[in-house]
Amino acid sequence: MGRTSTFLLSAAVAVLGGTMPALAAWQPQKPIEFIATAGPGGGTDNLARAVQNIITKHKLIEQPIVVVNKGGGSGAEGYVYGKASAGDPYKVIFGTSNAWQQPLVSKVAFNYTDLTPIAAMAQDEFLLWVKQDAPYKTAGDYLKAAASGEFKMGGAQSKDTDEVLTRMIEKVGKVKLTYIPFKSGAETAVQLAGGHLDSHVNNPSESLGQWRGGTQRPLCVFSPKRLPQGPKITATEGWSDVPTCVEQGLDIKQYEQPRTVWLPGKVTPEQAAFYVDLMKKVQATPEWKDYIEKTSQVDTFLTGAELEKFIKEDLERVKQVAGEQGWLVK
Amino acid sequence: MDNLAELLHGFTIAVTAPHLALMVVGVLLGILVGVLPGLGAPNGVSLLLPLTFGMQPVSAIILLSSMYWGALFGGSVTSILFNIPGEPSSVATTFDGYPMARDGRPTTALATAFGSAAFGALVGVILITFLASWVAQVALAFGPAEYFAVYFLAFASFVGMGGAAPIKTVVALALGFAIAAIGIDTVSGSVRLTMGVDELVKGVSFVVAVMGLFGIGELLVAVEEEFHARAVSSTIDWREVFRAVARLPRHGVALLRSAAIGCWMGITPGGPTAASFMSYGIARRFSRRGRHFGTGEVEGIISPETADHAAGTSALLPMLSLGIPGSATAAVMMGGLMIWGLNPGPMLFVDQKDFVWGLIASMYVGNIVAVVLVLLTVPVFAALMRIPFVVIAPLIVIICVVGAYSVSNSYLDVVMMLGFGIVGYLFKKLFYPLAPLVLAIVIGDKAEDAFRQSMLISKGSLGIFFANNLVTCLIVGGIALLLLPLVLQLTRLWRKPASAATETSVQEKVII
Repeated sequence: MGRTSTFLLSAAVAVLGGTMPALAAWQPQKPIEFIATAGPGGGTDNLARAVQNIITKHKLIEQPIVVVNKGGGSGAEGYVYGKASAGDPYKVIFGTSNAWQQPLVSKVAFNYTDLTPIAAMAQDEFLLWVKQDAPYKTAGDYLKAAASGEFKMGGAQSKDTDEVLTRMIEKVGKVKLTYIPFKSGAETAVQLAGGHLDSHVNNPSESLGQWRGGTQRPLCVFSPKRLPQGPKITATEGWSDVPTCVEQGLDIKQYEQPRTVWLPGKVTPEQAAFYVDLMKKVQATPEWKDYIEKTSQVDTFLTGAELEKFIKEDLERVKQVAGEQGWLVK
Repeated sequence: MDNLAELLHGFTIAVTAPHLALMVVGVLLGILVGVLPGLGAPNGVSLLLPLTFGMQPVSAIILLSSMYWGALFGGSVTSILFNIPGEPSSVATTFDGYPMARDGRPTTALATAFGSAAFGALVGVILITFLASWVAQVALAFGPAEYFAVYFLAFASFVGMGGAAPIKTVVALALGFAIAAIGIDTVSGSVRLTMGVDELVKGVSFVVAVMGLFGIGELLVAVEEEFHARAVSSTIDWREVFRAVARLPRHGVALLRSAAIGCWMGITPGGPTAASFMSYGIARRFSRRGRHFGTGEVEGIISPETADHAAGTSALLPMLSLGIPGSATAAVMMGGLMIWGLNPGPMLFVDQKDFVWGLIASMYVGNIVAVVLVLLTVPVFAALMRIPFVVIAPLIVIICVVGAYSVSNSYLDVVMMLGFGIVGYLFKKLFYPLAPLVLAIVIGDKAEDAFRQSMLISKGSLGIFFANNLVTCLIVGGIALLLLPLVLQLTRLWRKPASAATETSVQEKVII
């Protein structure tokens, strides 16, 4: 009785106070399910497990957390599950930008508007990679050589982030590339190492080991400025030594993939606020810094209006590419 | 010889009291998740992963890989005793393992499986030790065309040698390909064959299919055939465990051939599933008792098990040296490597010698620990067969339902699993072979992706499959395997039409 009234009271205060910290407003009362929209071992799965681990270690919530993989259909399985769980604040969905990109290009039974956005927690950068012994040293050289029209670009999945970027490179660089979709970035990296492809646009973590091992090297990074200083990857170079693509005459200023966190649709603002706050706390821990550094991602935290704006902008960009390629589904 | 010195150094890391204790714990947990319904090695390893974050990377990988060995062994238990394969790679073990167990020889079946599995793993790890750098290079030579050629070879070796009528095999294969096509297509990104069911976008899980086809399907047949309804009077004799293991060397040829197939498929990234099917198919063709396969032949157990473990073990090498996970479990472990701060890739062998060689040494020790522990449990598992059918049957239904549900907590999967049960029953009744169906479900979409990727690369020319020696050899080998039985049958028909006809009718009875 006492607990219920305190709860009601604090809920009332939260509603009245509007912007007050939502921690007191809603607390989970049963175990929470983290849904990774990727198979075990992938980037999204790693994020979900890292967050789970941090929350458990720092006892940020009392309830236990279970990570469930629903990576079927390039992640669609997890999002469809999230849509079906409308109103259930005990399901947290971890994904990427494919939450809004996938519904554009394939007939999946969800849209990002069926979910409640919580945050974008980390950004994965994209780089243009070529085989170690390829003759070109800059993106400019690469584009010149690619003018032959015989170049093969690999990437993870079809009509997804990698292929969108490939089509953008084609347009900006005025070249024609043959895009070959594989299941994952890791698989693509190995195909490049074996000389079956000419290039790919992997994230740093997907090709880090290959770069260090001297099978492939990055030409440029699709980012407005060079990546932050870090430890050297090869004997002489680190991420900060990779020039930006704009510097090298490939005019794509920014292309990155956010790692996103969602709740199902129709949850209350208090429930959403609780998770925003929780993710902020996760991000403040040293373990998070460690995770970001080891996976070579960029730390960011977008939520609320900022996140909406980001999604809108990204959506416009993808829509344009998809429209030109004739990928849009009716 | 450098490698040998490194290995000895690795042993000094692996053979310490805490690491041995971790191996025992890992193996026991692994056997548990292997035997329990719906858990399986990938889930078990991911559950354990967060616990390892505070450990030294070497200790962590020893714990996880031991669990993997345990789960591989444990997975064979349900295949043999209940006809429910826990992993795709143990499907082929059911073909002869289950009939032998039902025949009252579960101890022999289990001990044979474990013994040959251990042999396969040992060959795999020896290969890793001595050929690490060479093996890494071989895997790099595999582009989409070569991948397709390997899958083609696997299909051909199995399909060409099956006992069923060729048309029935083709029907089963086609059905399997159709099922594998459900969900999102990698190459075009579009959704296929979901028939209005939104959830089907995830595709049909292998576990759901085999639990129904084998577990429930077999149950329906058994209910109908009265003789099955009695408990199997299995003799549980400790000595039989050792006798079965001691008899293994008699099948030396089968062991070596299967280990070679397994290693080859493990290095070329065909994987353990393709390896076990291919090994079974080839053994059926070349064994002197090949005609009896499917009724509980020893070599029918040895061949898939040896190849499965040889491939599973040697598949860890591409994971370490190239960063391509050979199996779902390897993918989880790779995620672990990244979190421990190690990057799988060519430099791992240079930068992290202690880690790599500690792991390789632990593969020797861990597998020995695993086989000893698992052989000790044989009588316990074999005793399960004494439980009367009326008790076991509902248990199998529960195992299948829970297993199907736990794949992705979905009721749809349970319904599909039961549907597959009916399909399995009909297949048995109508003498359609299940193996090609399962093989197509498991590697059908991979083969399709590889084929279409090749076509993208070659701009539609089939010449890509004859572009270099490697791929030409694989394709020609596949075509030869496919045509061989046809040619043999034709010549036989030509010589004595009458005897050939009786032979096919004998084979009809042992369709698997």
